[in-house]
Amino acid sequence: MGVQSAVSKQGRTAEGRQGKYLVFHLGREEFAVAVLKVREIMGLQEITEVPQTPHYVRGVINLRGKVIPVVDLRRKFGMPDGEQTSRTCIIVLQVRRRSGSGDPLLMGVVVDGVSEVLTIQEQEIEDTPSFGEDVRLPYILGMAKVKGRVKILLDIDEVMTAQELGGLELLPLGEEAPAEA
Amino acid sequence: MSEDKLNQESGPAAGPDRLEDAASARPDAAEGLRALAESMDSAAAAANPLAQDPELVQDFLVEAREHLAQIEACLLEIEQGVHSQETLHAAFRSFHTIKGLAGFLDYTVMQRVAHETETLLDLARNGKLVMRPATVDVVLSAGDYLRTWLNAIEAAAAGRPAQPPPEPDALIARVQAAAEGEPAEPEKAAPQAEAAPPEAAAPAERSGSRGGADAALVKVDTSKLEYLVDMVGELVIAQTMLRHNPEFAQVRSPKLQRDIAHLTRVTGEVQKTAMAMRMVPIGQLFRRMTRLVRDLARKSGKLAELELQGEDVELDRTIVEELHDPLVHMLRNSMDHGLEMPAEREAKGKPAAGRIRLAASHQAGMIVIEIGDDGRGLNRDKIIRKAVERGLIPADAKLGDTEAFHLIFEPGFSTAEQVTDVSGRGVGMDVVRKHINKLRGRIEIVSSSGAGTTFLLKVPLTLAIIDGLIVSVGGERFIVPIFAVREMFKASPEQVFTVEGKGEMVMVRGRLLPLVRLAARLGVAPRSEDPCQGLMIVGESGSRVFCLLVDELAGKQEVVIKSLGPAFRDARGFAGGAILGDGRVGLILDLAAIAGEAGAVLRS
Repeated sequence: MGVQSAVSKQGRTAEGRQGKYLVFHLGREEFAVAVLKVREIMGLQEITEVPQTPHYVRGVINLRGKVIPVVDLRRKFGMPDGEQTSRTCIIVLQVRRRSGSGDPLLMGVVVDGVSEVLTIQEQEIEDTPSFGEDVRLPYILGMAKVKGRVKILLDIDEVMTAQELGGLELLPLGEEAPAEA
Repeated sequence: MSEDKLNQESGPAAGPDRLEDAASARPDAAEGLRALAESMDSAAAAANPLAQDPELVQDFLVEAREHLAQIEACLLEIEQGVHSQETLHAAFRSFHTIKGLAGFLDYTVMQRVAHETETLLDLARNGKLVMRPATVDVVLSAGDYLRTWLNAIEAAAAGRPAQPPPEPDALIARVQAAAEGEPAEPEKAAPQAEAAPPEAAAPAERSGSRGGADAALVKVDTSKLEYLVDMVGELVIAQTMLRHNPEFAQVRSPKLQRDIAHLTRVTGEVQKTAMAMRMVPIGQLFRRMTRLVRDLARKSGKLAELELQGEDVELDRTIVEELHDPLVHMLRNSMDHGLEMPAEREAKGKPAAGRIRLAASHQAGMIVIEIGDDGRGLNRDKIIRKAVERGLIPADAKLGDTEAFHLIFEPGFSTAEQVTDVSGRGVGMDVVRKHINKLRGRIEIVSSSGAGTTFLLKVPLTLAIIDGLIVSVGGERFIVPIFAVREMFKASPEQVFTVEGKGEMVMVRGRLLPLVRLAARLGVAPRSEDPCQGLMIVGESGSRVFCLLVDELAGKQEVVIKSLGPAFRDARGFAGGAILGDGRVGLILDLAAIAGEAGAVLRS
């Protein structure tokens, strides 16, 4: 256990953050997750709802014979539901278990669309700006400025395991005011 | 899990000079193993880097356990006197292998014990020693001793505190005494061997074929097997979707139709084979019970013959494992409460040796396991008296045989006057019921006073597949396991009542059952609020019966149960997911959670 948490802490240092990222967008904002975390990208398919689960949980899908949960990232981040387009897709990610041990979990996230795989250099990454003493954003690895646009680098393990995402309301998400968290 | 993996990955790098590094990289396992090794009389293993390599240790554990099982089987054969020379050889070889493996890892104590036992068996196979029951006892306890070591090593490797096994000196002295204490009597032993050739020939062939079967086995990682089963499931769905594609139906080509029919057949075969790969014969489990019955008989001074039947019956590996504990408890129960002492039996005109029967057979898609004895039978009056004493039933209760007999499964229930170390605390049968319920099985008891008791355990062939009713509620489809469904019907308005303080009830066959609206429980909007528009499913879970209201029945399907994973650990009401015929996921309802506290107490 000690070994593993040391590794994840390491991911926070500047050189640990550079590498290849998959860029996707929700509304007008661009986010990126480490390519090594991505298992596959699939078109939106019919999702079976699981009653009485948090509202950001869209349900479960059949990934080649395995039942995997699907989370709506817009809802998870407290953004209003977007329109479903032909670019809407599910990114299947490998997420570390909360217990920190065991095989990683496969989990799908619904995003508005994926754009590219980018190699992000260390010097392009800036630490998350402080939003005040009380706002902790453990799921943000940093901000990358590439070609004049800011991409938010997500630590997907933290996003998926964090129970409370209250702090996310303060993310610079453009004009939309978050309805709920 | 990943800790283990991490450990294993760092394993090969651990050379003697890098021992410190390696040990710090996998603190739990290496520390544990070293601590255990240090507690041994020799510190050799503590210094041996091989003994701290979790991967090697795991292999050693698996292999050594297999050999111990083999040894036990051989010895029991030897004890019954039907053994061949080959059986002795096999036991000898197994001890020899364990000795070699233990020596490789510097487990010197195990090595010494195995060596001494091997010496004893060597004398026996060379005809210089006759294997008496007492000798077999000694060899068996040597095997048991080695097993305690394996358990300690396993615990240490898993990072749990390991209790080092006791000193082996007393055991080694026993083995040596047994090896010397019975000098060979070649004149006596020889005619015996000559007299027995026809008998001896058969087991020799048997053990030969057993060896052959072993060679044709391949060990496969369960995760690979599960992946194969998943993929085959997808193959079947893909095939079905292709076949039912409307565009395909318009193609008028006999050849294409034929080819597709062929594909369907082949896919079906592949699916059957993939599912069958999880199945193992139950005989293995039964043979482990042979030892138990023998030991219990020794301890209690009773005589017992164990009769095995249906050893070839195959069922899911996980079920076989789950059945181990219930079988142990039931056999203990039969031996302790069922069978009488030899003198008592003879007085009743029964043979002195009691018969215990362990049989497996197929019955209507279930496996029936029969545990029978020809002992004194269940004492109905005594059971009822005890139950009344303990307040389980009112004093004036009128119980049928079935209900009375099932009282023995209540926790803490025992009719034993005194607690022995075999049974009497009223724990065993409670454990049996819990295990069998977990397996979605049932228990039936047949007993007649003075003539014996037979327990019938009915368990499914596999836990991986269930028959399910697909029901729809508010546009979503759910799967209701058929084993929990008693009947279905459309209610008429006069059957539905609202009882004050109890909510809605439905009158079914003269009984009022509570009504559970599935839509309301799941928080979805039903097609109609009127209970008479929907379908009533009489479901049972545990000991409760209730009526479940759904919109309609959409079909019936055999489904492979898939876990929903830890993400939905908190979602109550679902036992898992399953892939439906169209490739979508359907959720399997957990009726126990759905019913909650609702439900009338089941009376059969």
